[in-house]
Amino acid sequence: MISRTMRFPILAVLACVFAAGFPLPACAAGKLKIVTSTTDLAALAQEIGGDRVEVQSIARGYQDPHFVEAKPSFLLQLRRADLLVVVGLQLEIGWLPPLVTRCGNSKIQPGAPGYFDSSQFAQILEIPTVPVTRAMGDVHPFGNPHYWLDPQNGLRIAQGIAQKLTEMSPGDAAYFAERLKSFQQRIADAEKRWDDQMKPYRGRKVVTYHRSWPNLATRFGLNVVNYVEPRAGIPPSPAHLVELIGMMKRENVKVILVEPYFDLKTPNSVAAQTGAQVVVLLPSVGGEKEVTDYFKLFDYDVNLLVRAFQAAR
Amino acid sequence: MKRPILLACVLILLPAGMRAQQPEPRKESQEERLKALEERVRVLEAVIAELRATRGPAAEPVLVAGPVMLPTSPPAAPAVNPPQGPAAAQLPTYGGASSAAKVLNPDISVIGDFLGSAGRNNVRPVPSLEMHETEVGFQAIIDPYARGDVFISFGQEGVELEEGYLTFTALPKGFVAKVGKMRAAFGKVNTLHNHNLEWTDRPLVTENLLNGEEGISDAGFSVSHILPAPKGIFLEGTAQVYRGISGDLFSAPGKKDVAFVGNLRGYKDLTEATNLDLGLSYARGHNDAGPELTTSLYGMDATVRWRPLRRAIYHSFLARAEFIWSQREQPLATQKAFGFYTSAEYRLNRRWTVGGRFDRSGQAQDAGLTDNGFSALLTYWPSEFSQIRGQYRFARYAGGQDANELRFQFLFVLGAHGAHPF
Repeated sequence: MISRTMRFPILAVLACVFAAGFPLPACAAGKLKIVTSTTDLAALAQEIGGDRVEVQSIARGYQDPHFVEAKPSFLLQLRRADLLVVVGLQLEIGWLPPLVTRCGNSKIQPGAPGYFDSSQFAQILEIPTVPVTRAMGDVHPFGNPHYWLDPQNGLRIAQGIAQKLTEMSPGDAAYFAERLKSFQQRIADAEKRWDDQMKPYRGRKVVTYHRSWPNLATRFGLNVVNYVEPRAGIPPSPAHLVELIGMMKRENVKVILVEPYFDLKTPNSVAAQTGAQVVVLLPSVGGEKEVTDYFKLFDYDVNLLVRAFQAAR
Repeated sequence: MKRPILLACVLILLPAGMRAQQPEPRKESQEERLKALEERVRVLEAVIAELRATRGPAAEPVLVAGPVMLPTSPPAAPAVNPPQGPAAAQLPTYGGASSAAKVLNPDISVIGDFLGSAGRNNVRPVPSLEMHETEVGFQAIIDPYARGDVFISFGQEGVELEEGYLTFTALPKGFVAKVGKMRAAFGKVNTLHNHNLEWTDRPLVTENLLNGEEGISDAGFSVSHILPAPKGIFLEGTAQVYRGISGDLFSAPGKKDVAFVGNLRGYKDLTEATNLDLGLSYARGHNDAGPELTTSLYGMDATVRWRPLRRAIYHSFLARAEFIWSQREQPLATQKAFGFYTSAEYRLNRRWTVGGRFDRSGQAQDAGLTDNGFSALLTYWPSEFSQIRGQYRFARYAGGQDANELRFQFLFVLGAHGAHPF
């Protein structure tokens, strides 16, 4: 039994909270609501889902996906989602789990049918085969999570999304299959173009700020020889920069690739001492206004790389 | 990687060595055997060179496998194009057996909090050096319906369950329920563990009106729900019922004398980088002044955050204020005390943050006594997993006693990467 003095406030607020559960906001009927952790996955989901889906991304394309803030406003998106598409491999470990736990949407909890981990469909690089420790920096023990930067992985993820959307909306199966087929064809055509552009520069040595580019580098034959960060997530020390500059001079490395969310002061300083160029390459759709879909992301990056390598001759 | 290579060497060379010790029935020439061994060494050297080549840049300390598919890849979604080139010839690597064995274990983390203090504080003295707290966290999804979070705190005064609760994530109608021991949803500071605070201590209002470091932390259950609101406003209501025992704040004389906590939180993104977070809180429970006497707490908090998305790891600003009104029934008269703190912090760059806080609070049992104080802080982050903080703290306690302290703190995180509180 609860004492009489305590009954009223308890019942009053409990009643308010419970009553609030029933007038749910009106939802646009018919469309599957997809929330993705990053813009790249949103772009892929939109490619397959077309006008049968409503897609929102939590992170912006110019934002470091490791350090998104778990804002309560994201809960408003998540609570209405039919499908949550994540990068996985612990990329979102610092912000997504509490949002998913608190959103009150059983459909998108880990393990539920509406939770889609894209990494299960992609080819993953840099999976450690020895025990990892934090002495190596903020390493991802299940492999490098920047895997969407290989168009072949984009295809694999798109195929997985098509399968998932078909399960969730069997009546639209033919529509999703048609869009997947179109996407596959357009990727194949675009890859020929990107390959032709990058062919003269295969094997070129580059330095990158963070370990964001192994899939892109592998796909287009770039040779990443070192990093501005001495370890993943650790800011560069003067000693590391001296070593990096020496190495770049010795190996004639003329291009430094930097993500748009890192400060350019240090890369510019290294570039000034080595005669290299700093290229702000986009890891995600939406990194710049004009990069509005998955194809434009690679168009943008490949064009930047070609220009940089041409200038470095 | 060294171990398998050494093992392979031993396995390959051992039979040759064993054969070398056996009598030679046909007197095989020493030279032929030597050539055979040299050939084996050449093969091994080639294997080692190939393995080194797959390591990537020289700066990379982690031996990594080439392109592989995760073992969980569903067969229904095969790779559109298989890997090409040399990598295609490699067998899939599915990680070590040890990691597979740990896969169902909870995420385990250990957070150490070392505190030091110099200076004088006769009212609330703290040790010069102490391993203030070591918090061990276990977190996992329990089943499709719930997850569990357990935090055990090892401190100077013993071991206690800081929090341990189930969260039901699959309830209908968007409800989220918790049951267990937890920090109550009263304001901001009460919900935060020590290592998530912006300071090395807790504000005076927490010490005076909210049961200090322990706060309102009790066994009970909680129900929360996101409430309908216009214009993209996030509104969440939380109702909690507790056993009613929280240090010197709540002291339930009987089973029926539970404590109650309610919280209403509103949040709005003002711009992409700036947001406003407002909260109203209420708590009521029996106190230790008499069997029928209660303490009611009313709280209001406001937080403004600024964090530019393109430079989120370099710059941010946070300003916060929390106001608490306490009504404590006592045999002679109800004591109505009020306290608050305001604080701000600014991240200068990736590693340095400066901050400050102003405190003022009456005392719960004698509202006529008021304590004041202020702090200045400097924090250094060697990495995301460690933090060094210094805090100058001045306090003028009721009765005119002053305290001047220089506190410093070392925080370190072992194990699982926890989520950042917001």
